[in-house]
Amino acid sequence: MATVETGPGRHPEWYAHATGDKFGKIADAPIGFGHMKRKEDARFIRGLGDYMDDVRLPGMLHGAILRSPYAHARINSIDTSAALAHPKVAAVIIAKDLETLGLAWMPTISYDTQAVLAGDKVRFHLQEVAFVIATDAYAAQDALQLIDVDYDVLPAIVNCRKALDPDAPLIRDDKVGQTDNLASPLWEAGDKANCDRVFAEADVVAKRTILDPRSHPCPMETCGMVADMNPATGQLNIYNGNQAPHAHRTVYAQVAGLPEQNIRILCNDIGGGFGNKVPVYPGYVCAIAGSIVAGAPVKWIEDRSENLASTGFARDYLMYSEMCSKGGKITGLRVDTIADHGAFDSTAQATKFPAGFFHIVTGSYDLQGAHCQVKAVYTNKAPGGVAYRCSFRITEAVYLVERMVDALAMEMNVDPVELRMRSFIRSDQFPYETQTGWVYDSGDYHKAMKLAMEIADYEGLRKEQQEKLARGEMMGIGIAFFTEGVGAGPRRHMDILGLAMNDGAELRVHPSGKAVVSLSAQTQGQGHETTFAQIVAEELGISPNEIMVRHGDTDKTPYGLGTYGSRSTPVSGGAVAVVSRKVRDKARQFAALMLETRAEDLAWEKGRWYVKGDPERGSTIESIAEYAYSASNLPEGLEGGLDANAVYDPPNLTYPFGAYIAVVDVDPGTGKVHMRRFIAVDDCGVRINPMVVEGQIHGGLVEGIGQALMEIISFDEQGNCLNASFMDYLLPTALECPEHGFELGETVTPCPHHPIGAKGVGESPCVGSPPAIANAVVDAMYHAKGVKHMDMPCFPARVWAAMNGREQPPQ
Amino acid sequence: MKLRLANPGHVIDINPIEPELNYIRQEGNEIRIGALTRHVNMLESDLLARTFPDIFREAEAVLADPVVRNRGTMGGSLCQSDPAEDLSGVVVALKGKAVLRGPGGAERVVEMDEFHIGPYMTAVGPTEMLIEVRFPIHPGFGGAHEKVERRAGDFAIVAASAALSIQGGTIQTAGVACSAVGPTTMHIKRAEEALVGKAPSEELFQQAGQMASADCSPNSDGRGPADYKRAVAGVLTQRALSRAAATALR
Repeated sequence: MATVETGPGRHPEWYAHATGDKFGKIADAPIGFGHMKRKEDARFIRGLGDYMDDVRLPGMLHGAILRSPYAHARINSIDTSAALAHPKVAAVIIAKDLETLGLAWMPTISYDTQAVLAGDKVRFHLQEVAFVIATDAYAAQDALQLIDVDYDVLPAIVNCRKALDPDAPLIRDDKVGQTDNLASPLWEAGDKANCDRVFAEADVVAKRTILDPRSHPCPMETCGMVADMNPATGQLNIYNGNQAPHAHRTVYAQVAGLPEQNIRILCNDIGGGFGNKVPVYPGYVCAIAGSIVAGAPVKWIEDRSENLASTGFARDYLMYSEMCSKGGKITGLRVDTIADHGAFDSTAQATKFPAGFFHIVTGSYDLQGAHCQVKAVYTNKAPGGVAYRCSFRITEAVYLVERMVDALAMEMNVDPVELRMRSFIRSDQFPYETQTGWVYDSGDYHKAMKLAMEIADYEGLRKEQQEKLARGEMMGIGIAFFTEGVGAGPRRHMDILGLAMNDGAELRVHPSGKAVVSLSAQTQGQGHETTFAQIVAEELGISPNEIMVRHGDTDKTPYGLGTYGSRSTPVSGGAVAVVSRKVRDKARQFAALMLETRAEDLAWEKGRWYVKGDPERGSTIESIAEYAYSASNLPEGLEGGLDANAVYDPPNLTYPFGAYIAVVDVDPGTGKVHMRRFIAVDDCGVRINPMVVEGQIHGGLVEGIGQALMEIISFDEQGNCLNASFMDYLLPTALECPEHGFELGETVTPCPHHPIGAKGVGESPCVGSPPAIANAVVDAMYHAKGVKHMDMPCFPARVWAAMNGREQPPQ
Repeated sequence: MKLRLANPGHVIDINPIEPELNYIRQEGNEIRIGALTRHVNMLESDLLARTFPDIFREAEAVLADPVVRNRGTMGGSLCQSDPAEDLSGVVVALKGKAVLRGPGGAERVVEMDEFHIGPYMTAVGPTEMLIEVRFPIHPGFGGAHEKVERRAGDFAIVAASAALSIQGGTIQTAGVACSAVGPTTMHIKRAEEALVGKAPSEELFQQAGQMASADCSPNSDGRGPADYKRAVAGVLTQRALSRAAATALR
C-alpha cells in the first residue's frame, strides 16, 4: 500500500480505497471510540434488512387510500357500493365510519387537528378520502376506481402571501371560531425595541426577501404500517417504521382510547426517516381502524407519489430579512416570516416553540440586537413542516442568516469570510447567550473557519475566479458558517404533547460479560447498533462486537422520545454513558468483595477495577459479571446481577458548528451549475466513530446539494402538486457531487455538559450546505452580472433567469 | 403501466428475437443498426465511434443511466417518440432511415421526417414493426451531442445533435436536430441549408444556432420556460456544431 499524506477526517479505509487497496486491513473493533465498520451493514449491503413491507402475517389484508383529485372542494356524497361489491374487498372506510369510532379527526403534534379521512371538504390535492381493504394489494387498487365521490370544487390558496387576504377562501371552516387562514398567532423572539435601536445606529443595512422552498425528506422506504388487532385479547401490535415508537404508542392510546399497555409498536429496520417518519399519518389510523373493523391484520404501504404528495414536507418559510453593520461588524438582524403549514398544522416542534428553533437565527455572530417574528398560515397544500434532517427549523434559520451575511458583505463591499471573521462570537465568550435567548455551550469559530480556508486555498480560489471572469467564465465561491442547537432537550424547557424530551437506556451485562443495551432512540440507518455499542465499550471495556443494541420494540425498550433533531448521541448517548457508569459503579462493589478490599480503594482502568497502589490485583468486567450472577454470598444492600437503568435529561442542547465552502462553475449559456468542490469542516465535539460521522457528513452534503440545486415541491394555481414522482422531484446522485470527493476537516471542541463531550452531527451537513451552495451560485452571478439574490433551487432555467435579471420566486 | 396510465390489452415480449435484431454493421456505404440493439452496445461500438465520431458515444453516455442503457434499445428509443429523447436527435442529424417490416415480410423505408409524426406517435402501422435504422457514411465526418439536464439521467431540458462532413475546407453535408423543444425531435433544416457549401466558422455556427432558436417551438414546463429553452437550443446547437467541426478536421 502506498503512503498517503494523512489529513483531518481521513480514516484507514478511506486510504485503502484511495490507494487502490480496497481490501486493505482495518483495525479490529476498538474497545471504545474509534474507526469501526458498522455492525448493521453486513445485513444491509446484502439486502437482508427486515422492513415493513417484509411483514407478512397469516390472514393479512391490504389497504389502499383513495385520494382527492382537487386541492379544495366540498364533498357532497361518497358512494362506495360498487367497491363493496368487488369480490375481494373486505371493507371500505370513509369519514362517516371513522366518526363512530371517534377517529375521523386526529390531533397533530402541534396541537392542531387533521382529518384522517375527509368528510366535509378536501383541503389539499391528494388528501385521504377513503380506505379500501381487500384480500390483495391489486384488488384494493382496483376497488379505489369503483368509489364515486361527488365534489363541488372551491377556489384554492397555494400562495402563502395571499392566504390572509380578506377575500381568501376559508380553509379551516371545521374549526370553531376560525375566521381566517391564520394557523397560529404571531410568535416573536428577541427585544424588538433594542433591535430597532441597533438598526437606527447602523452604517449599512442589507434587505432581502428569502424563500426557503418547500422540499421533502424522501426516505428511501416510504411510510406504511401493518396493524394487527387481536380481537380475542385486545392486544394491538403495530409494525411501523417510525422515529419515535414510544411517543407514537402514547398518541395511539390517546387517539384511539386503547389501553397503552395493550399497544406494542415494532420497528424493524427503517429505510430512512429524515423527519418524514416523526408524525402520525392518516394511513396509520386507517390501518388500525381497518384491523379493528376487519378483525384481521391490515397492511398499508404507500407508494412514492403518496409519500411525496401527502406526507410531511419541510421548509416553506418566506422570510423578509434585514441585517445591519456598524464599524465593519455585523450588529443586528431582524426577520419577519410567513410559515406555510399547508391545510393542517403538523409542524414538528417542541410545544413552547411554535416556530421550532428558528430563533437561533442569529447564527454564529456576536450581535447587538436581533428580533424575529413568525406568522403561520393555512394553505391548500399538504400538511407538514417536519424537521427534514434538522433540529426544528434550524435549517431555515441557518439558511437565512448565512444568505444575509453574504448580502451584507456585498452591500459593505467586503469579503464574506472577512465579515464573518470580524463578527464571530469569540472562543473566550462561551458560554454565550444570544440576543434571542440561546446559551451556546462551547465553540471556536475562528479556528474552524481558518481550517476551511486553508483546505480550500481560499485566496487561490478568489484569484482563479478573477482570472476566469476575465475570460467570460463564471465561477462562484460560497461560504456558510453554521451553529446548530441539537439534542432537545432539557425537561424544564421542552416537551412534545406534554412529554418530556428525555430518553432512557437499560443495560444488562450477562454472566459471560457480554451485554445488551436497550434504547428508546430508534435507528433509521444512522448506525446506532455500532455507535451505542462503542459508548458502552468505552465506559466498560467490553468489545463493541459483544454488545447488542436493542431498539424498536416498545415492549422491550425503555421510554423516550426518539430519534430526530440530532437527538441520538446528545440525549440517548448521554443515557447510555450514564447507565454504563451505573453498571461500572455496581461492578466496583462486586470487585471489592472479590478482591477483599474496600470499594473506595479500587481504581478503574478500561475493562477492569484494580487495587490502588497494587495494579496487579484486579478484576476484569468479565470476571465481575460472572461473580455478580454466581451463588456467592452478598452483603446486605447489594443485589445480585449486573444491570442498570437510566433516564437522561440533558442540561442544555449541544451546539455543533462548522465552516463550509462550496465552489461552483456556472455555464453562462445554459445556467447549469457544476458543483466542483465542497469543503466541510465540522466540529461535533468528541467523535465516537469517525467513520460513522463521515458517513453522516457525506449523506447530508448530498442532500444539501439536492435542496440547493434541484428539489422543490411546487403547485399550480389550482393547487395540484407538480412534483409527486421522482421524474418531477429530483434527488441528487453521485454525478452531482464533486468528482474528486468531499474535502472534510475537523476541529474538536468537546461539549462541556455532555457525559462524553459529544455533540450531534447527523444534521449538520444538511443544514450547512444549502446556504454555502446558494451563496456560491449568487457569488458567481454577482461577480459576472451584478445579480444579488436568487432563491433555491438553483436549477438551470432558474439560474439563467436570475443571471438575466428575470428571476421569480418559485411557487 | 405501474401508474395505471397505460392499460394495454396485450404485452408482447420481443426479447426472444434479439439475436436477429441486435447488430451494428457496415453494408456498402451504410451503417445498419438493428432495432433491438441495446444502448450499451451503441455506446461501446468501435465501428460507430470510428464512422461517426463522437456523436453516438456522446449521446449514449448521457442517455438515462446504466440500468436503462443495458436494456433499452434503438427501436425503443425511436418508437417511444418522446421529443426529449437523446438518440432520436442523433438519428435525425445523421439522416437515418427507418426500415419497417409488415405482414409477409413487406418492407418500407421511411425518412425520419416522416417517421416521428407527433409526440409518442410514429409512422409505424398497427401490423408493422421497426427492424433496422440505416445511416449514410460520409468521409470527413464529425459529430457532437450537447445536452442540458436538471440532473444526470434525466430527460433533456434541451439537447442538440450536430453532424458535419467537411472536405477541402468546405462543409459537404450537415445535420442539425434539437430535442425537447417541440412536439417531435426538431429537425433544423434551415440551419443545415445555411451550413452546406460554406467554410466552417464560429460566426456560421452562431447563425445556425440562431436559426435553431428561431425554428424550434418549445413549451414552458417544469424544466423551464419556453424563452429559456429557445435560447439554450441556440447555445447548444452552436456548441455542438463547433465541436463537430473540430472532430471532422481532427
